[in-house]
Amino acid sequence: MDLLAVIQILDSTFRLATPLLFACLAGLYSERAGIFDIGLEGKMLMAAFSSAAIAAIFGSAWFGLAAGIISALLLSGLHGLASITFRGNQLISGVAINFLASGLTVLIAQYLFQQGGRTPSLSSDGRFEPITLPLADALAIVPVLGSIYSELLSGHSLFVYLAIFMVPITWWILYRTRFGLRLRAVGENPAAVETAGVSVHALRFAAVAICGVLCGIAGTYLATSLQAGFVKEMTAGRGFIALAALIFAKWRPWAALWTCLLFGFMQAVALRYQNIDLGIVVVPVQLMDVLPYLLTVVILAGFVGAAVPPRAGGEPYVKEH
Amino acid sequence: MIRSIFAAAALSLMLGAGSALAEPALIYAVGSKFDKSFNESAYNGAQRWAQETGMSYREIELQSEAQQEQALRRFAEAGNNPIITMGFAMADPLAVVVQDYPDTTFVAIDVTWLDAPNIRQIGFAEHEGSYLVGILAAMASQSGTVGFVGGMDIPLVRHFACGYAQGVKSVNPEANVIINMTGTTASAWNDPVKGSELTKAQISRGVDVVYAAAGATGVGVLQTSADEGILSIGVDSNQNYVHPGSVLTSMLKRVDVAVYDALKAGADIETGVFMFGLTEDGVGYALDEYNAALITDEMKQAADAAREQIINGEIKVVSYYDNDSCPVLNF
Repeated sequence: MDLLAVIQILDSTFRLATPLLFACLAGLYSERAGIFDIGLEGKMLMAAFSSAAIAAIFGSAWFGLAAGIISALLLSGLHGLASITFRGNQLISGVAINFLASGLTVLIAQYLFQQGGRTPSLSSDGRFEPITLPLADALAIVPVLGSIYSELLSGHSLFVYLAIFMVPITWWILYRTRFGLRLRAVGENPAAVETAGVSVHALRFAAVAICGVLCGIAGTYLATSLQAGFVKEMTAGRGFIALAALIFAKWRPWAALWTCLLFGFMQAVALRYQNIDLGIVVVPVQLMDVLPYLLTVVILAGFVGAAVPPRAGGEPYVKEH
Repeated sequence: MIRSIFAAAALSLMLGAGSALAEPALIYAVGSKFDKSFNESAYNGAQRWAQETGMSYREIELQSEAQQEQALRRFAEAGNNPIITMGFAMADPLAVVVQDYPDTTFVAIDVTWLDAPNIRQIGFAEHEGSYLVGILAAMASQSGTVGFVGGMDIPLVRHFACGYAQGVKSVNPEANVIINMTGTTASAWNDPVKGSELTKAQISRGVDVVYAAAGATGVGVLQTSADEGILSIGVDSNQNYVHPGSVLTSMLKRVDVAVYDALKAGADIETGVFMFGLTEDGVGYALDEYNAALITDEMKQAADAAREQIINGEIKVVSYYDNDSCPVLNF
């Protein structure tokens, strides 16, 4: 295997890990605040559709991004309303959001564009084009490092850099700010936070809103950067892989980055080598596809240290008077 | 009392009207009616019939496989005749339902192996059409490496791939054909992101023409091919217009003609097993103003010559179904 092949696989890893990382961090904020969110998939899907639709209508990728974020925020608000305000079951609410997004996107797309539940193909104005880092072309001739810089680090969409940048930001917010401390506390022991005079509901709504924004970016990335338009069910389970990654990372931001890169890498390898011939055995592609879930089960079973979710996760908070 | 007499009269009138009309019915395969491909082709055929004759038909988009038998029975009970079904997955529910309605004629697209007197079963020789686009792909390729992106890994998709690879090898025996399947679940038909990544991976291995037989996943394949400046081949419906100048051609499967014929003939249509191949114009490749510049005269001649030879039996395209394997590919 030569250097170019390695670089191409890693390149593909970054592209595939980006939506996972956004969704994983989105889930991290929400679940650290005690709100389980299996509606990541639905929010990404809704954002993918809205961003593609608005970008197609107005011919602007930035309008698309705004629409993607707003639509995911609306679904987040719905999740918050159901599970925080009305103390409903968070899992049921998440499932409902997934179904709602799956149906609504196709329905509205068909109504707006009559193209069978998809949006028209976006022109280049409606898409986030890859960014070439400075001097990438000039440095390409430098052996090894030059090609790593120009092929691997340069030439990604804005979102890829943003996703990686979000990891230290998230770490800093969670562990170095007052808001982050309260956010973590509200997921562990909301009564203590309430005693300190801070509103549990407001904190949880804030966490759910951040989750919505990040899911919105993830969906927009899928529809306006990786692709040029929306197709029915185009998230194809990425929201659930992100949830698996979140558990695998044990709800920590840096671990989330490594996990998403690992899962992205496994997908990239599976895409490039359908059957991996190891000489003695041939690893079928299906095994590569199932590995993220398999690893998560291994983690959950406690083989590699227990994955303990936030203690108050999934519990609606009832104020004590 | 009077009211109930009226009700009974109205009811009998409705029943009478229902059976007298005997509207045909169309059951789409699970998935979207407007998929720009398989189902939409059937819809177009049915619409053409409706516009020409001024008659109407009933239709249903299935949301899950659980609705298949239910939909069949509902239409049969309501007196709809003939009832057209789309897709290989309808075979099992059909096998259960057909004998209960001996007076109803069923038309099954992509099903050819049932045993009942009242079904018209229509199969398509996808391998023959794929063979032709394989010839075009091999002639258009500069690198000698061509790709195939399939949807869900099922025998039907392998059938496409096998015909394609044989066509490629007939032009260039040294050619390298890279086959990728998107997945093993139904979501493999709707994952354009994965389609894009597969295409990029194939491009990095030297592919400069890629054939997508992958439903909506193909949207991503065609898009990436256009972005990266290589050629792509569409499937089922004519997809040449999607990216003019980048889509080399499309493998046509004339489901619309099959549906149109069935509707036109009505309930008296001949039953039995029918295979639509090149001879019947059931499959073929698309040539229109969008790809005219990409298909040279030489390529057109080669494809048309192969078409003639397949029709008169000089070339035998091996079907994947014959012994669940492909002579030129390792799955």
